[in-house]
Amino acid sequence: MHVPDGFFDAPTSVVTGVVAAAAVGVSLRKARNELDDRTAPLVGLVAAFVFAAQMLNFPVVSGTSGHLMGGAIAAVLVGPWTGVLCVSTVLLVQGLLFADGGITALGTNVVLMAVTTVVVGWAVFRGLQVVLPKNTAMVPVCAAVGAFVSVPVASLVFVGLYAVGGTADISIGGLATAMVGVHTLIGIGEAAITFLAVGSILAVRPDLVYGARRVIEQRELVIRSSTTEVSA
Amino acid sequence: MKRVSTTVVAGGILLVALLLAGFVSFYASSSPDGLESVADEKGFIDTAGDHATGDGPLADYDAGLDSERASVGVAGVVGVLVVLCLGTGLTYVVRRRTPGTEIQRDSAITSA
Repeated sequence: MHVPDGFFDAPTSVVTGVVAAAAVGVSLRKARNELDDRTAPLVGLVAAFVFAAQMLNFPVVSGTSGHLMGGAIAAVLVGPWTGVLCVSTVLLVQGLLFADGGITALGTNVVLMAVTTVVVGWAVFRGLQVVLPKNTAMVPVCAAVGAFVSVPVASLVFVGLYAVGGTADISIGGLATAMVGVHTLIGIGEAAITFLAVGSILAVRPDLVYGARRVIEQRELVIRSSTTEVSA
Repeated sequence: MKRVSTTVVAGGILLVALLLAGFVSFYASSSPDGLESVADEKGFIDTAGDHATGDGPLADYDAGLDSERASVGVAGVVGVLVVLCLGTGLTYVVRRRTPGTEIQRDSAITSA
């Protein structure tokens, strides 16, 4: 969903640029609370993985493809604030080095793909964690549902921005239908990749998954009580 | 159960990222993505301007080599390494801003 230069008028691009800069600024402050000696080495790697996965366009319907956005993956693996920084880094490199996403649209792309997908992905993930059983096996499931929801929501934010500052005079209702339709399908791919990536790291080192920390703390208590029962 | 070291996990993620960007990327779909496709259908794809860095050496994930497979692969590997360096550097800067708050940080995570 990389927005090129020219899709939005200058005022909209400036406003999204300011919002993006503010979001990155706040994330820089908040991220340090998410990073400890265990997880810090993984941040650059998670960003690198998101970059690699974004290159892999998968077909969705005839003549249309989609690729990972990565907000939900990054948020669950390294924390939401750090996740915003990870995806923003990817978007910056793509825009500057690979001509993928316009330079004047960088703020718009950060708002859509870094901020929106992280906020929605993390909110859905946490919401499900509260209501679903508290075990580590549910972590990739919650992450996948968050990932699935984050993609069509990001496409809706694009439509909202387009209604305000799009450069072409088109039907916003028609745009919304088309965008949400195709991005719901892309969301399935996003969910699958998120499930596999989070599930893989969780299988070997659950303590390295930021989104699994609360669950692990509770699980350790359960193990202790059952050990006592066995030895008694 | 034997605990897998963080170094092994980190190496695994890097290996997967390099394989995806350097090799698998060649097999990615070249169809327009969701936004491009919708922009084409709704008739506003032409409002996209030329990219300011569109003539760069790695523009459009094409390193300009004879082999298309090598071109996208080299672009992908360079991208992975650049993002890795930036991301790691950023982490270093973020953490360095609060020296000597290790205990506070850990308790903040536990109570969060």
